[in-house]
Amino acid sequence: MEKEIIDLEVKDFSFRYAGASADSLKKINLPIIKNKVTALIGPSGCGKTTLLRSLNRIHDLYPGNEYRGEVNFEGRNILSADEDLIHLRTRIGMIFQKPTAFPMSIYENIAYGLKLQGIKDKTVLSGRIEKALKGGALWGEVKERLNDEADALSGGQQQRLCISRAIAVEPEIILFDEPTSALDPISTEAIEKLIMELKDEVTIVIVTHNMQQAQRISDYTAFMYLGDLIEYGETDKIFNNPDEELTKQYISGQFG
Amino acid sequence: MSATDRRKVINKIVLATSTLFAVIGIFFLFWILFVLLKNGFEALNLSIFFNDGAPPLSVEELEILNKSREGLELSEFEQEELSWIEISGLRHAIIGQLMLAFGATLVGVPIGILAGTYVREYGADSKFANLIRDLSDVMMSAPSIVIGTFVYAIVVSPTGGFSGYAGIVALAIMMLPIILRTTDDMLGLVSNTLREAAIALGAPKYKMIMQVVYRGAKVGILTGILLAVARIAGETAPLLFTSFNTNFFETNLTEPIASLTVTMFNYATSPYEDWQQLGWAAALILAGFVLGLNIVGRVLLSMKHISTKKIFKKRKR
Amino acid sequence: MSSYALKERVFHHLTKFFAFLVLFFLVAIFVVLLVKAYPAIEAFGFDFLTDEKWAPNLGIFGGFPAIYGSFISTLIAMLLAVPVAIGIAIFLSEVAPSRLKSPMGVSIELLAAIPSVVYGMWGLFYFAPLMRDLVGGNGLGLFTAGFILSLMILPFIAAITRDSLNTTPQILKESAYALGATKWDVIKDVMIPYAKAGIIGSVILALGRAFGETMAVTFVMGNVHNVPDSIFQAATSIPATLANEFNEADTELYYSSLFFLALILFIISFAIISLAKFHFLKRRKKVSDRKHKWHKLVKQWRRK
Repeated sequence: MEKEIIDLEVKDFSFRYAGASADSLKKINLPIIKNKVTALIGPSGCGKTTLLRSLNRIHDLYPGNEYRGEVNFEGRNILSADEDLIHLRTRIGMIFQKPTAFPMSIYENIAYGLKLQGIKDKTVLSGRIEKALKGGALWGEVKERLNDEADALSGGQQQRLCISRAIAVEPEIILFDEPTSALDPISTEAIEKLIMELKDEVTIVIVTHNMQQAQRISDYTAFMYLGDLIEYGETDKIFNNPDEELTKQYISGQFG
Repeated sequence: MSATDRRKVINKIVLATSTLFAVIGIFFLFWILFVLLKNGFEALNLSIFFNDGAPPLSVEELEILNKSREGLELSEFEQEELSWIEISGLRHAIIGQLMLAFGATLVGVPIGILAGTYVREYGADSKFANLIRDLSDVMMSAPSIVIGTFVYAIVVSPTGGFSGYAGIVALAIMMLPIILRTTDDMLGLVSNTLREAAIALGAPKYKMIMQVVYRGAKVGILTGILLAVARIAGETAPLLFTSFNTNFFETNLTEPIASLTVTMFNYATSPYEDWQQLGWAAALILAGFVLGLNIVGRVLLSMKHISTKKIFKKRKR
Repeated sequence: MSSYALKERVFHHLTKFFAFLVLFFLVAIFVVLLVKAYPAIEAFGFDFLTDEKWAPNLGIFGGFPAIYGSFISTLIAMLLAVPVAIGIAIFLSEVAPSRLKSPMGVSIELLAAIPSVVYGMWGLFYFAPLMRDLVGGNGLGLFTAGFILSLMILPFIAAITRDSLNTTPQILKESAYALGATKWDVIKDVMIPYAKAGIIGSVILALGRAFGETMAVTFVMGNVHNVPDSIFQAATSIPATLANEFNEADTELYYSSLFFLALILFIISFAIISLAKFHFLKRRKKVSDRKHKWHKLVKQWRRK
């Protein structure tokens, strides 16, 4: 078996929303393995999205949220107060529940993250954009109309645009927050296929409500419940032979 | 990495500039508010509400008056003078303003509500209804002094003189598009199931509108009326050559009628100090009235917001 | 049953008649102003727009100083107000601490409701003396008027711009942050493009308001019919001329010239407001639809 490298390590991590009286995440310990897909599953309100949004500290946009513990990435704790969030977010990308095409052309959408990094050279940009769109499995559909407004694309295409936009800046990790929940089955299939192809290049963490989806695409699965991490392991094991009774009940559909 | 660093610096600079702009803008706006409150309250006293316009006071008379107001002792001569002084007040302007606003509301509100009813309930998405909506939007922002000249031409000129009625017509014309659009919007918030239920019971459309739709939109329409009254109460320009102005207490609407706004304008531009003070008092009363209506309107709307939210929550459970 | 039908018809037609009044009034304003202005139009023609001399005692009327004053004071107002208002809007929507946002936002909105005559009074008693000390003269003129106009429209633009910025979906902002954008990057690249139509619409609407505003300006314009050499000298504008001279006009031609000015004001305002309302403040969808159609047309044309 190939060697597993821990890309991101969550250690004794607790999280509390501004003004809340209790922690939403309680002492989570979770390794994120490099070049693998890790799925976070669990019923609504279990904290899986909260955890995901902690990993690129998008929670910091709203004042008063409180982190405790560690999330170690590239040899440092990214929860520390002096972490450079702007840089961090170029290393850890994110895809949202709904497609979030910016109000610009397809080309400009992909170029956006690159331009933020100071890349201005037209030929470099074009090359990177083509590569990103190919990586996002969208190139064939849009190469003729890169200057069209991005909101003219279908929902599934827009989501692949967002994935292309995220991979254009060549992050280490991409966080997916229920990326197919707003899409039709055919678009969903395309996104799932894409995620499995992407893991050669990047590490993936995905939050999903859909247990079949987790089973289809992930290598590791973490089951969360009411802010606790109940069980973590290889996806096959979690779905076929879980250690915990709670996990068994959840995957067999007894609650959720 | 330098590109990112540069972005961070620019970010700080721009956000600091926006904060600075906000501080500058808000400084001036609060300066105006402060000046209004300070001068207004200094000039405000009970006699304002009981006296009408009078000729301006001489410098000596004003001195004596201020002395007596400050409770200083007056010489016999000064006391003698004081008893002769005719103090100016704003009673005529306050009553006049209320008559004009009330008159305009009486004319403008029913017409506006019925017109808005047509646009929403009968016209719906027809070309005519949309044209009326668009034209109302334009009319709402049209310069009010143009409405004044228009009413001068169609009312003042033919009837041979300025009159309260002309002022009411000018203000009512200004109210019409505002009331129309709020009625239109508020009726649009009433759910269609209510309408369908009423129609299913066999109610004719006009009864459905009057008994069901109006009730559903009651608070919203009321708010619209309050905001429209607030808007026209602050208008000076359309009154300058319609209701004109007078220094006397006048309730006959066929005569020129005083208003707070025009009185303010005349007093403030006069060279007499006591008149200028009265101008500030008028400004304070007017601004208080307008802001009060605005605040009541907002509170009404937010109360409605909360109550619908509550209902929604209950239903969900 | 038939009595219901009759009442229904009466109600229907009554409401329709009142709705029709809006159209009627707009057309009537135009026609009445045109008729009243006709003697002046006949006497001066289009030269009225460019003639500088306004001498009621000689029966000579040229509208240029008033038209010029309206345009310049409005221009000054816009140059001052737009950047500050957008700064305030950005501050209110993105920078201010959350417990300040709501009270500050509400007070800005309430300031927008203060009658313009109050702004004019402040200008006359406080700002004009300040200008007199700073640049000399009597402190009245185009700049003073423009400055007061800018304060009057400031809350209006700031409030609408803030509302437009706030319509940007949170998730869209988050996804820009997730790419490593700074706050300003998000504002300039996501929020402002998203809210563009609303912002431009509100600015143009404010332009219309400033252009037609009477009371904030009349106090401090100086009311002199000439084209000043500098913006710090006394001048006049169309609304200020109307407010000051309408009740003094003693000849038919004088009245007619004032109506001519009112007609010009009405037409220009109508054009500005229509542009704002119909081009920019329509629902966003429609604007982008139009854009796509336009793109398609261009492409078809290119292929040919």
